Amino acid sequence: MAAVTLLETSALCKRFGGLQAVREVNFSLAQGEIRAIIGPNGAGKTTLVGIISGRIKPSSGTITFKGEDITRLKSCQRVMRGIVYTFQVTSVYATLTCYENVALAAQRRLMTGAKGFLTLGEAAIAERVESALDAVGLAASMERPAGELPYGYQRLLEIAMGLALEPELLIMDEPTQGLAEEEIAEFCALTRKIAGRATVLLIEHNMPVVLQLAHKITVMDRGTVIAEGTPAEIEADAEVQRAYLGT
Amino acid sequence: MNFGPHLFLAVLEGTVSAFVLAVTALGLSLVFGVMRVVNVAHGVFFMLGAVLAWWSASIVGGQPLLGFGLAMIVAPLVVGAVAVAADWLILRRVNYNPESTIVATIGLLYIIEQMVLILYGPDARPVPAPVYFRVSFPWFGYSGYKLVVIAASAVLLLGTWYGMSKTKLGLYMRATQQDSQMAQAFGVPVRRIYATAFALGAMLAAMAGVLIVPVQQAHYLMGMDPLLLSFIVVIIGGLGSLRGTIIAAFIVGMSDGIISVFFSPTLAKILATLLVAMVLVIRPGGLFGEEEP
Amino acid sequence: MRRHGAAKIIVLHLGVIGLLFLAQFFLPAYHQSNAIRIMVLATYAVGYNVLMGYTGLLSLGHAMFFAAGLYGAGLTIYYLDFTPLQGVGFGILSACALSFVFGLLALRARGIAFLIVTMMFAQALFLTTLYFNEITLGDQGFVLSEKLRTMTIGGAVVKFSDPVVKYNFALMVFSACLLLTLVLARSPVGRVLVAIRENEARTRMLGYDTERYKLLSLVISGTISGVSGAAYALLFAYIGSTFATIQYSIFPLLWVLLGGVGTTLGPLVGTALMFYLIDISSDYTSSYLLVVGAVLLVLVLWFPKGILGTLRERWLSWLP
Repeated sequence: MAAVTLLETSALCKRFGGLQAVREVNFSLAQGEIRAIIGPNGAGKTTLVGIISGRIKPSSGTITFKGEDITRLKSCQRVMRGIVYTFQVTSVYATLTCYENVALAAQRRLMTGAKGFLTLGEAAIAERVESALDAVGLAASMERPAGELPYGYQRLLEIAMGLALEPELLIMDEPTQGLAEEEIAEFCALTRKIAGRATVLLIEHNMPVVLQLAHKITVMDRGTVIAEGTPAEIEADAEVQRAYLGT
Repeated sequence: MNFGPHLFLAVLEGTVSAFVLAVTALGLSLVFGVMRVVNVAHGVFFMLGAVLAWWSASIVGGQPLLGFGLAMIVAPLVVGAVAVAADWLILRRVNYNPESTIVATIGLLYIIEQMVLILYGPDARPVPAPVYFRVSFPWFGYSGYKLVVIAASAVLLLGTWYGMSKTKLGLYMRATQQDSQMAQAFGVPVRRIYATAFALGAMLAAMAGVLIVPVQQAHYLMGMDPLLLSFIVVIIGGLGSLRGTIIAAFIVGMSDGIISVFFSPTLAKILATLLVAMVLVIRPGGLFGEEEP
Repeated sequence: MRRHGAAKIIVLHLGVIGLLFLAQFFLPAYHQSNAIRIMVLATYAVGYNVLMGYTGLLSLGHAMFFAAGLYGAGLTIYYLDFTPLQGVGFGILSACALSFVFGLLALRARGIAFLIVTMMFAQALFLTTLYFNEITLGDQGFVLSEKLRTMTIGGAVVKFSDPVVKYNFALMVFSACLLLTLVLARSPVGRVLVAIRENEARTRMLGYDTERYKLLSLVISGTISGVSGAAYALLFAYIGSTFATIQYSIFPLLWVLLGGVGTTLGPLVGTALMFYLIDISSDYTSSYLLVVGAVLLVLVLWFPKGILGTLRERWLSWLP
């Protein structure tokens, strides 16, 4: 595992009214790893990745990405720096075709400066779209409206959109939720493939998936990190057993 | 007249328009709050109230008080019925989709306005005040009817407040406003509540129209100004917040009245609009509205 | 869709423009003058469609941009001796500047609040035209004389009161704006605008600064509306407050809804159809707004995609 730190949060807090959703979280990710965050419902996992991706403003604390303080950056600026978030509830553009969905992600990298705007050729976009759809195995559904795809395919499309943004850090919020057994196996293979190019941060409830994919696991409960370690360490941790597995 | 009395007159005028505006805007706010739709036809409901007041007055002839009483019954009933019909025939069919509702109520606005034009004509017609007395101040006399307008508006505002906070219907409405699906799950007849809220909103506008017409004359295009002012009020007060709506109605109504006396009504309206712009720049959720999370 | 059918699309649009060009040679004078008005007003609808159809932002205040173009051109030609084309240029600039400033302020409001703010600003501009009625002559308006609408271009005297000049100028303006929106709709930027219409939050998470795109869309939309207003002032020579009323904000909404929201040619179809619908109905009733109201209701209740939108859904999925 590479020792270079990709992302680091320090003393991150988020309050919603009286509720402290995330408190004093110091969290760091090494480049190239697959990290899973687990924890019971309401542990603050989605809030934490929401803050990292810029969808939620932290109440206090800082986030550093590749040595740069990104706490104040807007979510769209973070995407351009390589932090990509795929949604928990799939939110592909249902009325647009798969091609258009991925093209929106693919063209983003190409639209830099005034030149990228009206002169940007479709060929360059198409090439990236095809490779992203190929990677998730959806090339055959290119012309179908995304809303017509079965649920599992929509999740894959969501990941293809993430890939087309050329992420350095790909955040996936409960990616296997609602997937069938064989789809989950395909997803695991896909994630390993992605991990070759990007760091992957997963929120995941499905423990077998977590145990076979993650290099390291972070356990959250009531807004704080209560344990962190390799799958084997976490499985053996008594406190985790108590908080998460309820035994 | 000196500055002092002049200011006093302006404040009086402002108070009258603030009360009428509060009643009108409350109707719009109620509809927005409960149904989450914007009713662009709200102004024509106001106008219908005024025209029906003229009609009532002309039926009973030389007895303004009787005409006024009749109008206070007939106008809300007729306008409420029109609103229920509109809810049934139009809004329900577009499933209260916000944008479709706007387009549909624009259509409704034109249809009602033009029907009134055809049936009632293009003239502005005066309606006699139900009571005639002058309150004399040391510097000028003041129409007593305008004080009646204030009192009647206050009664309507209090009545609405009472209905919303103390009755079962009000409870249902507040529940629907908070979360219509949850309310439905708890047995609130949401569709009927929608129809009721739409009708009540329209009735408030109609009664405001009845109240104002002895001061202003009835005309088929008179709904536009109250509509825009109500929008201003509802924005400043926070969309869907009844208390905010009333406070904002006083801010806007008073400043509108005062500026109109000292400068021109046109300038007053331009300034009111810019006021809204400033409010939205500083607080997009309105002055008294809740901030989005 | 993947960008198929480029040839078909280009042929269709150039074909429409070509037909409009040829129409002037065989249309009777009455319909020819109608066509001029339709092309200028359809340009307005084309502008409105950029914001509403492609970006999904409903406005009830576009009359302010139309009026900015109209007054920007009219006042400068009338008072400052601008040549017709300078006046039109100034009108377009006014609308462009207004839409930019307006966008900076109004786009902070979302959803329904945005809609209401568009309405308020348009009303403020309308009231301003009344307030300065010594200059604008308010409701009554003013007329640009034939002399003011004449200029020399490259040695040739061009009279913008001449029907042939009017027709071809209107056609040029309309074609330019139509082709601009076609290019926009098929560009990566157009794709982002559609994405904002479908799901703004998602689009932000794809790395787009959606606020800027909405502002861009508003400026393009407002400027095209201003082009239409400026052309209207020049070709029809009358400048009055009526054009700043809310009615003139509702018209483009109606035309776009009728022709098909988010289709490039919908605005032309909607404007032409509505124009003749009112023209025919005026034989039976003097209150044409009754017709407008009825059409709005019919569209919302039974025909929400409009004519070209329905065609696209059923048969012609390649229609841009």
